[in-house]
Amino acid sequence: MILNGRAFKYGDDINTDLIIPARYLNTSDPKELAKHCMEDEDPDFPKKVKEGDFIVAGKNFGCGSSREHAPISIKASGVSAVIAKSFARIFYRNAFNMGLLILECNEADEIKTGDELLVDTDKGEILNKTQGKTYKIMPVPEFMVELLKAGGLIEFMKKRSTNK
Amino acid sequence: MGMTITEKILADHAGKKEVVAGELIMAKVDLCLANDVTAPIAIKEFEKTGLNKVFDNERIALVPDHFTPNKDINSAEQAKLLRDFARKYNIKHYFEVGEMGVEHALLPEKGIVLPGDLVIGADSHTCTYGALGAFATGVGSSDIAACYMTGEAWFKVPESMKFVIKGKKRPFVYGKDIILYIIGRIGVDGALYRAMEFTGEAIKDLSMDSRFSITNMAIEAGGKNGIIPADEVTISYVKERATRDFKIYQSDKDAKYVFEMEIDLKDVEPQVAFPHLPENTRPVSMAGNVTIDQVVIGSCTNGRMEDMRVAAKILKGRKVAPYVRLIIIPATQQIYRDCIKEGLTEIFLDAGAAVSTPTCGPCLGGHMGILAKGERAIATTNRNFVGRMGHPESEVYLSNPAVAAASAVLGRIGSPEELGIKGE
Ligand code: SF4
Repeated sequence: MILNGRAFKYGDDINTDLIIPARYLNTSDPKELAKHCMEDEDPDFPKKVKEGDFIVAGKNFGCGSSREHAPISIKASGVSAVIAKSFARIFYRNAFNMGLLILECNEADEIKTGDELLVDTDKGEILNKTQGKTYKIMPVPEFMVELLKAGGLIEFMKKRSTNK
Repeated sequence: MGMTITEKILADHAGKKEVVAGELIMAKVDLCLANDVTAPIAIKEFEKTGLNKVFDNERIALVPDHFTPNKDINSAEQAKLLRDFARKYNIKHYFEVGEMGVEHALLPEKGIVLPGDLVIGADSHTCTYGALGAFATGVGSSDIAACYMTGEAWFKVPESMKFVIKGKKRPFVYGKDIILYIIGRIGVDGALYRAMEFTGEAIKDLSMDSRFSITNMAIEAGGKNGIIPADEVTISYVKERATRDFKIYQSDKDAKYVFEMEIDLKDVEPQVAFPHLPENTRPVSMAGNVTIDQVVIGSCTNGRMEDMRVAAKILKGRKVAPYVRLIIIPATQQIYRDCIKEGLTEIFLDAGAAVSTPTCGPCLGGHMGILAKGERAIATTNRNFVGRMGHPESEVYLSNPAVAAASAVLGRIGSPEELGIKGE
């Protein structure tokens, strides 16, 4: 998979309340949620983000609650992948379960907001076109690839339950 | 090679003799839980599959506790989805307003979660049930929808960390202080993807309520689950509540841990976590002069009977400081009722507190006590993230109920000792 877009860069421990504040959890409509994605961290994000862009962050991205509203709001804002040094585990799980690509990259700190990135998941590389650098990404575990291929957990389980 | 309690429970539920950390398994679930925020997504996903049967109507719990009693039209619509689903599939553990309580206080109280169970919940604090010697972990709504279909969930077997707790508690120290102290030392990602197992001679001196506070906050260290092997205290708690059989698991002596830490309770004072992360802990004696606008005593961390009694002990015959709002939320109807019976509600009202029907309410900044810009609260809840209780420029400090109640009287963060109250 080849992805192309701009980076929106954030720090460590970006929690689910920053990704989508609880005051908006009285709906699960993706479009509504996307309007408030990241707004307590970066009020301009919902206005500025374009289809295909990346969120880039430090360690423990997505810590806090189990709300699937977090990956939903990110996906619905058009973000093609989240790149971070590490992810909180429920966020990690939710992202794959619903088909949002997330990539672990130890050098994520070097990326700056506005950098143009070219991600090649097959090669396991990110090319930072703005800085002229390449970074390695951790390979995506096989089971997660299966989930993504199936179109998320529900489709995966559907097949599993009919195969039984 | 020996196995940890976490590995044993996972192996049994995956139909395997043995599992090792890092292995991916598909396991049978004893109970799956969702609330009024997370169930709507799960229900919609499930309905999309076109199936007309859930895997087991007795192994699904639906607790509308976050925005209930419905705070606005949207939340009423969400709660209605749960109600309609519960009716349609005859879900046994559905709790209507009037029966419902904060989910992680309610399910153990009703004997719906038991030792040895494998529980998933679309709520990160599902890890609370580890206090019963169960494997319990938070998942997303898709996992719940998938579980409605097949009764299974996938897991990566976590590595285990061991926390050995010893020594005697100091005055006004509870489970909350022990877990805040640990998070202060290992950080909010100190247990990322891992199981946190709490053992040691001091565990036996901890009430179930204190134990629930400990495992409740395993997620605040990034943990997959927190677990306390069942002992006599656990068994006497579940014996009178259990409606089905349960199984007690213990870790083997030669089980593998990737990390071990010893905590001597003589070093643990009541703790306060400063904004905006639960790892920013300090002993209450080092809190400095932090004035407050609001105090919240409640939630799945500290809304249980022990917490209510502790708060009442501090508030008895005292008044909340001028211009401070004290909001007390017993976590379940049973606790609410017991507060009335034991005369605690009267003590709270005399002190000038607002006492609410069970709800998550302000804990997640939902309703019933939202902070304005620049305001500060001390709360017995579990998260102090930016904007957690209201305006993004408000602040939340976390503590146990004794410190929270004393702070309400002082008008600033402080300890019961400053009011001349002696701990036992
Ligand atoms: S009380 Fe707070 S932390 Fe607990 S389930 Fe409710 S919102 Fe979540």
